Amino acid sequence: MAYRLRWKRRRLLWRSFRKRRQLSAVIDRTAAIRPGAILAFSTVRNEAIRLPFFLDHHRKLGVDHFLIVDNDSTDGTREYLAKQSDVSLWRTPHSYRLSRFGVDWLTWLQMRHGHDHWCLTVDADEILIYPFHNTRPLSALTNWLDQQGKVSFGALMLDMYPKGRLSAQTYMAGDDPRQILQWFDSGNYLIQRHEVLNNLWIQGGPRARLFFDRNPVRAPTMGKVPLIKWNRRYAYVSSAHSALPRRLNHVYDTAGGEFASGILLHTKFLHMIAEKSEEEKQRREHFENSSLYEAYYDSLAGDPDLWCDRSTRYRGWRHLEALGLMSRGTWL
Amino acid sequence: MSVGIVMLVHTALGRAEQVARHWSVAGCPLVIHADVSVPNKTYHAFQKSMSDLPNVRFSRRHRCEWGTWGLVAASQSASEMMLKEFPEVRHVYLTSGACLPLRPVQELLDYLAVRPLTDFIESATTADVPWTIGGLDAERFTLRFPFSWRKNRYLFDRYVALQRRIGMKRRIPNGIVPHMGSQWWCLTRQTLSAILSDPERGTYDRYFSKVWIPDESYFQTLARQYSHQIESRSLTLSKFGYQGKPHIFYDDHLQLLRRSDCFVARKIWPQASRLYDAFLTDEAGAMNRTEPNPAKIDRIFAKAVERRTRGRPGLYMQSRFPVESRENGLTSSKYSVFQGFSALFENFEPWLARATGARVHGHIFAPERAEFSDGEVVMNGALPDSAALRDYNPRAFLANLIWNTRGERQCFQFSPRDNQDINWDIAKDPNAQISVISGAWSVPLFKSNQDFADIRRDAALLQQIESKHLEILRSSWTKARVRIWTMAEFIEAPIEPLQTIIDDIAPHTTQRGLSEVPKMIDLTGFGQFLQNLKNQGMHPYLMGNFPVSHDLQDTRKNARKPYLVR
Repeated sequence: MAYRLRWKRRRLLWRSFRKRRQLSAVIDRTAAIRPGAILAFSTVRNEAIRLPFFLDHHRKLGVDHFLIVDNDSTDGTREYLAKQSDVSLWRTPHSYRLSRFGVDWLTWLQMRHGHDHWCLTVDADEILIYPFHNTRPLSALTNWLDQQGKVSFGALMLDMYPKGRLSAQTYMAGDDPRQILQWFDSGNYLIQRHEVLNNLWIQGGPRARLFFDRNPVRAPTMGKVPLIKWNRRYAYVSSAHSALPRRLNHVYDTAGGEFASGILLHTKFLHMIAEKSEEEKQRREHFENSSLYEAYYDSLAGDPDLWCDRSTRYRGWRHLEALGLMSRGTWL
Repeated sequence: MSVGIVMLVHTALGRAEQVARHWSVAGCPLVIHADVSVPNKTYHAFQKSMSDLPNVRFSRRHRCEWGTWGLVAASQSASEMMLKEFPEVRHVYLTSGACLPLRPVQELLDYLAVRPLTDFIESATTADVPWTIGGLDAERFTLRFPFSWRKNRYLFDRYVALQRRIGMKRRIPNGIVPHMGSQWWCLTRQTLSAILSDPERGTYDRYFSKVWIPDESYFQTLARQYSHQIESRSLTLSKFGYQGKPHIFYDDHLQLLRRSDCFVARKIWPQASRLYDAFLTDEAGAMNRTEPNPAKIDRIFAKAVERRTRGRPGLYMQSRFPVESRENGLTSSKYSVFQGFSALFENFEPWLARATGARVHGHIFAPERAEFSDGEVVMNGALPDSAALRDYNPRAFLANLIWNTRGERQCFQFSPRDNQDINWDIAKDPNAQISVISGAWSVPLFKSNQDFADIRRDAALLQQIESKHLEILRSSWTKARVRIWTMAEFIEAPIEPLQTIIDDIAPHTTQRGLSEVPKMIDLTGFGQFLQNLKNQGMHPYLMGNFPVSHDLQDTRKNARKPYLVR
């Protein structure tokens, strides 16, 4: 098995290597990356409205450089990113799905620039938080992980949603999306361990509750390993949900204890979602079997209310930790 | 008389300088030792930046790798220099570049001035310390460790194994008794100079240079030879995490460190500006004569280590997923499962809720949906009632339900009609309290309006399912608290079992007995019903013995006179 996975990893790396020509640099500031810098990698498409807060939040956490692939945006995303002094930007008009949802492109960039750096792989609609994130920068966390001999850090993707219809409140670029997306599901996550990759396959949250309650297997995966001390031989398998070699996926304790872990606040459900879902449904670029997800897209396009009277209001990381959605482990 | 500070630095020289200035300005002479791994250029700049301080010296540089002799050699040469160059020094305090004084220096000076002959060094025999990591305690002193634990772990382990196998043992020189303790000490000139100028020092140095982690044992052992008065504790607050790595203090520890009343803490995160700003501004007036009190911090650390090793039972999350054998049960707190009760009693659920104050659900594993209490469709934590989601991962469903409602006792109904995939998990869960009236599933059939052929088929199936379940409950793997009655047994004297169950759930509420009992369904003709099943070739046995005729009279009596207040 280990042998097969090694070949799988090599195949993935080769695949990304071949796709390198799909990327053309818009602006390459990677020469400014210093040893030990913390890097963020992301593929974006039409995210102009989310990016100001996204960059701002992760800058404050201590991300030193952003390496971003723009997949054919038409809303000024590219121009906005090119102006940022800590962003290196590539563009590609090629298929997002055939690039394994952007992973091939990012793997290539990680191979080139991520080696020996702590690399955060996040989407533009994800906001990383971790225990003590408002008093300790990311470098404190990565330093501690280094000291513990850990090379990866796990997170739960937490769908945040508003109360009422999704389009009822309009989000303005630069605002903290948590002001609108105040709610989340605190205790309906179903976890199983992936037999081969050893990662935890976590499903749940409002989408499972409302759109996949008849077909749970298809419910979106909520566990991620977004922060990895990268090596050029590493590769993500599916999005940032799992990686190879598989020891990177071992971000959980199996003996009863708790490792430190974080949360990716998922800010997908802002007012733009209805329009975006319609577009995603047409493009058929977001799932392997896009036809199976048509009902899901239709529900989202129908401007639903994800809130229920058992939803929990966001009150900061200490609350999330008390709920058992993340843990400080021994990082006190 | 003053206190001399020996400071070992290897990184974050800027912070080291800041702290050195703090000591120096307060009148404490310093000897600084910089690791050889600090590049010469950096080192010279560092030296130059402190050239304005008259009472700072730099000692000969050694290579200080963790767990090796270098750290002791560095302390030795720096201490020698301190004793020679600053004759007014009475106590020498060993610190590192990541140490931060928490109280005004004057308080430390005063504290040591009234204890002029006391050596503060944590020092205990190997048999008495719980903190050794990796199983090497006494063997630290009897084996040789030429290989680096950090860089050559494989050789280190192999060589230890080899020495163990061939029974190699080192002789401990001059009958000294090895002691261990925190490497951050504060010794008097008397003791320290006695150690450093001992005629036998060559022997000791040779011996300790092959001991594992000698910086935790060299001074700790030898101080015992010369000291008049040892206080076996460190004045430096220094905590070690789960794997023996030093704990790092960040900005958010400010209040915690304030409350510790310790003189010095390590290790401080170099970017913790708030800590450096707060503690290096000397509040000269704030005289605080309290004893250092690291116990408060100790408690917090003990709790953290427990969370790291035991976690929060019954919680499953992205960084806690115990394998079955390592978790003592599936859930976070106690709950009760009732099988057959709601079939036998008309109003069992509301009655149970009233009698115990617990939350009483219906059949949460029912095939159509999870029947949460009060007809709710979503429970705490936004747990939905969808049967598909539940059956996709019944273990997670139950663990979630119990975790989400922690602080409130949960009860739910179960029957052979429900999803049986959860049976083993509940049976093996010590938090579960399971009460079964076997055969009671037949009562709804008895009351139903189905064709008898269908009834017979259903009865056979349900009996089979329940008997399998009972087998599980009676197996030796079961850790739940299980009570099983046959239906016949139960209706003979229902009050007593009900009372025991209630007492288990809510021991304080019903001390004077039940004020009300649930109403039993009219069982007139039930014996005949069972007989009919038998006549159809099925053998209903789980409900116990219901004689056809006797049963009739019995239940009639019951119907007229329902169980009443005791």
